[in-house]
Amino acid sequence: MALLQRPFFVLLLVLTHQFMQYWIAFGSVNEEGQKQEEEFNEELLLKPLPDRKVLAHFHFQSSAPPSTSNGRHHHIFPKAISQLVQKFRVKEMELSFTQGRWNYESWGGFDPIPSSNAKPPGVELWAVFDVPQHQIDASWQNLTHTLSGLFCASINFLESTTTYSAPEWSFPPASGNLRYGTLPREAVCTENLTPWLKLLPCRDKAGIAVLLDRPSIYRGFYHSQRLHLTSTGSGSEGMVSGIILEQTLTVVLQPNSQRAGMAYASERHIQPSWSLTSIFGKQVSGTCVLAKSSNVYLLLDRGLVAELEHLHKENEKSAENGFTSQNFWTKPSFELSADPDRIFIEENSLHSKGSSVLYKFQVEKYSESEPFDLSLTWKIPVVWLSQQAPLHASRFLMGSGNERGAIAISLKSTQLSEGFMGANADDERCDLQVNVFQVVPWYVKVYFHSLQVFVNQQPKAISDIIEKIHVSPSKDKVSPGVMEMVLKLPCKVNSAALTIEFDKGFLHIDEYPPDANQGFDIPSAIISFPNFHASMIFLKDDSVNKSPLLSKFQEKSPVMSYTEALLVPLTTPDFSMPYNVITITCTVFALYFGSLLNVLRRRVAEEERFLKEKAAKKTGRLSLLLSKLSAKLRGRQWEPPSSPPASSSFINAKLVFKVILVAGLAVGWQYFFS
Amino acid sequence: MLANQHVLEGNRLVNDLTSSNLKSSETGIESQRIIARYMLDLGAEASIHKFHRQLNHFHPLHFFSSPDSGIIEENYSCSSYGINTVGIIRAPRGDGKEAIVLVTPYNALKSGLGEALSIGIAYSVFSLLSQVTWLAKDIIWLVADSRYGEYAAVSAWLRDYQTPKFSSLSTLDAEMCPDIDNLYDLKVNSITGSKFSSSFKRAGTMAAALVLKVRNKSDQFEDTISIYAEASNGQMPNLDLINVVNYLAVHRQGLHVKVEKLWSLLNSSWLKILGEIFESLGKVAKSLNPKWKFGITATEYVEGTATLASSLYYQALGLPTGPHGAFRDYQIDAITLEILPKFSSDKVRHSDILLRGGRLIEGVIRSVNNLLEKFHQSFFLYLLTSPSKFVSVGVYMIAFALLIAPLPIVAASLYVDASSLGNCSKSDKSTPSASLDTDEHSITIGSWMWLNSAKLVFLVHLWGAIVSLIPYVICQIPDCTPTTSFMIWVLLSMLSFLTLYSVLASPLSCAKASQEKEWALVKSVTISSVFIGLGLMSVINFATAEIGALLMVPMCLLARPLKLDVRAGTLRSFSRMIGNLVLGLIAFPPAAFFLLKGMLDGFGSVNVGAFWIWVESLWAWNSATYLFIGMVHLPCWVLCIHILLHTC
Repeated sequence: MALLQRPFFVLLLVLTHQFMQYWIAFGSVNEEGQKQEEEFNEELLLKPLPDRKVLAHFHFQSSAPPSTSNGRHHHIFPKAISQLVQKFRVKEMELSFTQGRWNYESWGGFDPIPSSNAKPPGVELWAVFDVPQHQIDASWQNLTHTLSGLFCASINFLESTTTYSAPEWSFPPASGNLRYGTLPREAVCTENLTPWLKLLPCRDKAGIAVLLDRPSIYRGFYHSQRLHLTSTGSGSEGMVSGIILEQTLTVVLQPNSQRAGMAYASERHIQPSWSLTSIFGKQVSGTCVLAKSSNVYLLLDRGLVAELEHLHKENEKSAENGFTSQNFWTKPSFELSADPDRIFIEENSLHSKGSSVLYKFQVEKYSESEPFDLSLTWKIPVVWLSQQAPLHASRFLMGSGNERGAIAISLKSTQLSEGFMGANADDERCDLQVNVFQVVPWYVKVYFHSLQVFVNQQPKAISDIIEKIHVSPSKDKVSPGVMEMVLKLPCKVNSAALTIEFDKGFLHIDEYPPDANQGFDIPSAIISFPNFHASMIFLKDDSVNKSPLLSKFQEKSPVMSYTEALLVPLTTPDFSMPYNVITITCTVFALYFGSLLNVLRRRVAEEERFLKEKAAKKTGRLSLLLSKLSAKLRGRQWEPPSSPPASSSFINAKLVFKVILVAGLAVGWQYFFS
Repeated sequence: MLANQHVLEGNRLVNDLTSSNLKSSETGIESQRIIARYMLDLGAEASIHKFHRQLNHFHPLHFFSSPDSGIIEENYSCSSYGINTVGIIRAPRGDGKEAIVLVTPYNALKSGLGEALSIGIAYSVFSLLSQVTWLAKDIIWLVADSRYGEYAAVSAWLRDYQTPKFSSLSTLDAEMCPDIDNLYDLKVNSITGSKFSSSFKRAGTMAAALVLKVRNKSDQFEDTISIYAEASNGQMPNLDLINVVNYLAVHRQGLHVKVEKLWSLLNSSWLKILGEIFESLGKVAKSLNPKWKFGITATEYVEGTATLASSLYYQALGLPTGPHGAFRDYQIDAITLEILPKFSSDKVRHSDILLRGGRLIEGVIRSVNNLLEKFHQSFFLYLLTSPSKFVSVGVYMIAFALLIAPLPIVAASLYVDASSLGNCSKSDKSTPSASLDTDEHSITIGSWMWLNSAKLVFLVHLWGAIVSLIPYVICQIPDCTPTTSFMIWVLLSMLSFLTLYSVLASPLSCAKASQEKEWALVKSVTISSVFIGLGLMSVINFATAEIGALLMVPMCLLARPLKLDVRAGTLRSFSRMIGNLVLGLIAFPPAAFFLLKGMLDGFGSVNVGAFWIWVESLWAWNSATYLFIGMVHLPCWVLCIHILLHTC
């Protein structure tokens, strides 16, 4: 009977399951009628870089709309994140783990990708809270602990007030409720990636995330894993706020074929050809079923397109009849293994350099049997340069020794930006606005009065260049020093430099980190150019708006760049010193107390009197024997001792006195030091 | 691991450099261009650094100041600049906070095969490092233009690295020089996308630096590496750096490592006899107890002594022994490695040198790269006795402390004797009817007697300071041979001594009454001032203090008026007199210099100007030894002579 019952039960289960699925589907359709549904989009952007490398930018976006019906439950959206947002009332937050440095000079600094995805090495966290002012610090501290647990990283070190700061206006999402902190020394590894992947509905089991093969993505030259969330404020009470969670992973990889290519001199000038398999070692075999859209893009940046157009025109001249401009993109100087589903061409031509081109591939069309493996094969050698930020910023330390030093930020004009600066450069009053945000730990004691500005190698008055400055000096062991500045530089500036001097502080012995002799980090400064917007505007189209990555590109965000983290060597004590100190103090104390007791105990006159008295009396038997023995050993005739030792009663009295003295000293010592 | 492929690339560069030398040797810009192109081919960042030759001037006020200050802006011409080529490999996954520097001095105008080989070694290592994934620190390769000396090029680069000048007119002038512009046509490398830039490139805090040289003209029987480590004022790099190089060279590459020795000591017979005595003592000790292992062979002992003496000598001089000295001024550990290949001229040997030298450099760089912290755990104060053995500060300070320990004791006893003697003689002379207050008066006079001698000592020290400032004036005189400069110096010194003596020290002679004990007081004060001077110097530069103490302590302790000794007429006083005279001769700084030079190089080469040249090099390098000689040693010698010639 039991055997018969089980299939029935299973059947029933299957049936109900089917029904339930229908029901859920029906319900969701119903909801869609009123408002948006929870969504998940996965996208990958690939971009060849001028120095024979390839940039891969993964972009996963999950969004949960504000709703009352769902309550705390979500279909796709990660619960951990929504809990975190609800609990700490986070309005906006960004967490990034980065390994390696973004090479602004050769990988560009003007596009949306570098300006929002190039991050300083280590961990960077900033968050905007929707709580009253006095609760912000507490929320921040709790948030750091939560994130620390969530991402297996030591983000909890940002809890201490010495590590985070509250920028007023120079950090782009400027707001009074912002907290900003970095950990430059945090090492990034797979243990940080795994929890990050767990937030994705398909993890890395299906869809584009399959490409995230650990050995190949960590082999790269730059690896930045970022989590950005914004919560759209809940309109009414009881409504759970909507959250948009944006997870990006930016890696710069070297295609494997490079070494082989070096062997042939003729091929050395051609950019390396690559495919998804050659750079990741994997292919995309279908979408994540929960994803609303799943696309792969190939971006050719402005410089490359301009160069290709130039080459194309030359070819056109040599050949008698040319192609139309439409043909140009379908017959380019490289070959793609798959046909793009769409081609977007950047619309605006504010930049003289031409416009970038985007190829779109839909992953939905591919399956297990026919996996998607995009490959790019160059046919002709191309050399181009990425578009740079108006000024290239670098920061370095000056001076030597353990006493003082100086921090210098040097801004050098990138020759390439002249083109689009030229439009404004004719005006007399043309200014280039530069925002500088710099946090300095308290043990680097910055003297803000020593700020010096040099423009084109000429010293300038600070008031001429600095339009606005906000300084919050560091407090020892409490808060770091923050410097925010708005510089107005002339458009034709060639080079500019800011220097500021500092003294190196001393730390308490227990404030030293484990490897103190490496030096101490000064986190990266942020240089932003509010007049320049890193955006790519494509033809207005539904598909553009649907894609979160492309709509992200269209946002007008200021161009930002991070400077290098610095390493300040501070004076570090010899950590074996406490041992030496203990030994030497013990010796000194022993000598001191020994001689003190000796002085206190001995009464020369009295002793002599006693000795004389004793000499009259009979001597102790033991000492008599001893002195006889010693006399025998020396081979001399024994003579009766003239100075016998003191009597036992006297010794006892002295002993008591000594004990009391030592006890008194101990009590005094204890009292003095407690 | 450095493979043949990298060596081939290095060899290619060596061939290109040597052949380009034949083609155009007038400017040397061509070789810079070749090196920059090779750097760019590897995907490294290449840049050039222009610098002007800076003459060493004596600035009395800038003596102890840091290297950045005191730079005078001069009207430089295009002809007096040098060009360093700098290549930087960024660690692919590093955070760029630290860097390791590799320096190869190269004189494009007259480079030999040795310099080209050193560039070849550095290039083969560089090409390896541009591919490896284990780099955590950036690598800077500096090809220092050594046409104005290796040290000048490296220190100019370091000065611009550490203390750049943001506002300067001289750099603008240099831009106008025509042939530098030829370099800029390199611009962008089409293959790697790396750019050539004229601006100064930086890479983090320097963790360590290696200077690599190859000397081609050598008659070694095996491949040898010599290590130079002494920087200015006897500062040494962390011993671990030397240990790493020594270990890797000996145990991995099978190279023979050596450090400087005083060669003349190797043949001295008394040292050999001493060594044999120690050897036999060791044998006896071993036969008594096999566990006692202080046996040392005689040759080892002699070599160790020669190395120790040279280590002491170079530290005492306070001059850096190579371009690595420039790094030490910025607290960066650095050493110079000089590879002396086995004598041969065929091409196969070249690639062998490239391979072994390259692997050694690679190993050292990798060791430093893997360090989380900078070198701090090992010794900074030591004297080398062989590449793998050293005498640490804890050991050598004992000898020095024992040497100067008698000084304060003798000074105190002399003072006590002198004051009690004075009292006794006073009380003997005074009639018993003399009242109590005169006695008290005499006691107060007696207890302040030392002030007179202290004044004398102070004046002599003041004179010493004046003497050490005189070279600043002499430098202003144009067209002076060293000999005449030295003569002028001696004359001016004597003149100033006489003026000081006549103006200030004349009231000294009024205290005739107590002359018999005055010399003792002078000696006491002298000894205490010498003690203070030596103690201070031992902190600044131990080796100088040690050598100074060896000369000055016996002289101070023995000093006694010759008249007294003549009067006594015993054998003991006679021998003391002889000793005093000999010491008084030896301890005079120029005399000591000539004696030492004569012993080392033979007396034929000694001339008066040599001392001036030596002193000039001392103050040009801001050596504290110069101050020590001028302000401690010389006054002490004068005071001792004063005691010897005392009329009592």
